[in-house]
Amino acid sequence: MEMNALDVLNAMKNDEQPSTKRNEPEKEIPNNMTGDGKYKVLIENLAVAYNGKKAIKNINMKIPDKAVTALIGPSGCGKTTLLRTINRMHDLTKGAEVTGKIIIDGENVYDSYINPILQRRKIGMVFQKPNPFPTMSIWDNVAAGLKLNGVKDKSILNEIIEDSLKMAYLWDEVKDELKKPAVALSGGQQQRLCIARALAIQPEVLLMDEPASALDPIATQKIEQTIIELKKHYTIIIVTHNMQQALRVSDRTGFMYLGDLVEYDKTEKIFKNPEKELTANYVQGRFG
Amino acid sequence: MSSSERRLEFRNYFQDNLGSRMVTDKIVKIIVIACVAIAIIPLGSILVDVVRMGVEIISFEFLTALPGAAGSGEGGIANSIQGTFIMIGMTSAIGIPIGVLSGIYVAEYANSRVGKLIRFFNDVMMQFPSIVFGIFAFLFIVLVLGKFNLWAGAIALSLIMFPIIARTTEEALKLIPDTYREAGHALGIPKAIVTVKILLTAAKGGIVTGIMLSVARIAGETAPLIMTILGSKGWFRGTETAMDALPLTIWRLSLLPYDEAVMFGWGAALVLITILLVLNMSVRYLVLHRKGGSGSLGMFMRITGGKK
Repeated sequence: MEMNALDVLNAMKNDEQPSTKRNEPEKEIPNNMTGDGKYKVLIENLAVAYNGKKAIKNINMKIPDKAVTALIGPSGCGKTTLLRTINRMHDLTKGAEVTGKIIIDGENVYDSYINPILQRRKIGMVFQKPNPFPTMSIWDNVAAGLKLNGVKDKSILNEIIEDSLKMAYLWDEVKDELKKPAVALSGGQQQRLCIARALAIQPEVLLMDEPASALDPIATQKIEQTIIELKKHYTIIIVTHNMQQALRVSDRTGFMYLGDLVEYDKTEKIFKNPEKELTANYVQGRFG
Repeated sequence: MSSSERRLEFRNYFQDNLGSRMVTDKIVKIIVIACVAIAIIPLGSILVDVVRMGVEIISFEFLTALPGAAGSGEGGIANSIQGTFIMIGMTSAIGIPIGVLSGIYVAEYANSRVGKLIRFFNDVMMQFPSIVFGIFAFLFIVLVLGKFNLWAGAIALSLIMFPIIARTTEEALKLIPDTYREAGHALGIPKAIVTVKILLTAAKGGIVTGIMLSVARIAGETAPLIMTILGSKGWFRGTETAMDALPLTIWRLSLLPYDEAVMFGWGAALVLITILLVLNMSVRYLVLHRKGGSGSLGMFMRITGGKK
């Protein structure tokens, strides 16, 4: 496990240097959504039912690497359900049944040989309400994913914690009080702490479920800046109720309605010139 | 249908009965206060009697010496105090791990049917008269081994203790929002570690409170001990012999026809109550000074049906 932590850390460090790769802009991803290796997550014929009641039906989506993909739609349309399929969180929900495939780096995460625990270590998740572990300090919270998975080397942990907090733009605010209880932070700081906690396990994909919905506009702005910064390194999928937020942070947007993916395209197109009337009505605020 | 005049009528109707509602409020308040007073009187009078009678007999010798001849007024109850602490220790060694682990199982692992079944049996066990556990331990341990012994007593008491701890542990874990479980799982942490390192530490206050209160409960039990450790007049001599404990001493002495013996019983009662008071105060300290512990006292009262 300790070797693993070193490896991931090194991989991450190496990742940061060749910025030439990063400069290939995401915008060049063709809009027709045929695969060309730049997609990180492929969703195929995905459906989820809770106790036999369908929550999402037959979703197909290709989610680009190193970009932000937003999922929008009215309450109950299945956005969060879709997001949670990606790291198999439905395994924990009684009565939830998932069919179809989610392919990350060529592997279907629902294949029987895949261990969901190992799978989740590749995927970070940030929840709607900030949920730092209540009995732990700031340091322990960020370290939790590594420490509780067997990483013991303090110097590696310290390095990863500093790096993760810097990535989440929280380092400067907490660097002198890492031993303070996490719940003493403000709501916005707690949410950035949760982002840092998710980043500490060195994920490749970051799932965010309305990460700013419980925060005030200033804290929201900080989270959005963080997201825009993070997309240089991660594939980010964000569920949001706030259409302005989707417009500000995302490269692609999927509009969902009653369990269907109505339209999925470049964010600009979804908001300025959508194909479907339903999408147009929603993004222009005629229902929701 | 409701025109504005009709609404005005509604409003007048609603405001007209204000006076009678105030009277009802006053009456209910008086009844509540009266009930509290009725509940406190017996408790208060028992406490006053125990302290009044007990204080007279308590001395350094009473607390540190072995008992003298019955009714002589000599000696003390030191062996019973020792026995009570030994019984608390041995019972906790059995009851706490079983209680906490089965609470974790019901709250985090059992599917709803198995969980309900276990919870049902826990509740039934909490309603059993404690002498039933004494008879159980007598039949299956004392008679089989052919001697009174401390493990029989500890097992009988732990059967009283573990359902209480299991229920408080379960309730304390259920109070933890699912979002912390999800956060743990989303970090790729195995379930057992999420449960122990994240949930158990968050529920620590409630669980510790449950443990302390169950200790207070078993420290006062008499009936199971009559059948298992019998009582003795000597110090602890290993787990395979009879031993005394405070509730046994109180019960035995209060039946004797000598005034001195009865006075010793009062003194032993005061010592037991003081030990329990100190335990309860530590519980209060834990409840008030640790996060996640508040509300556990009420939870305990609820699930044990209000028994102390």
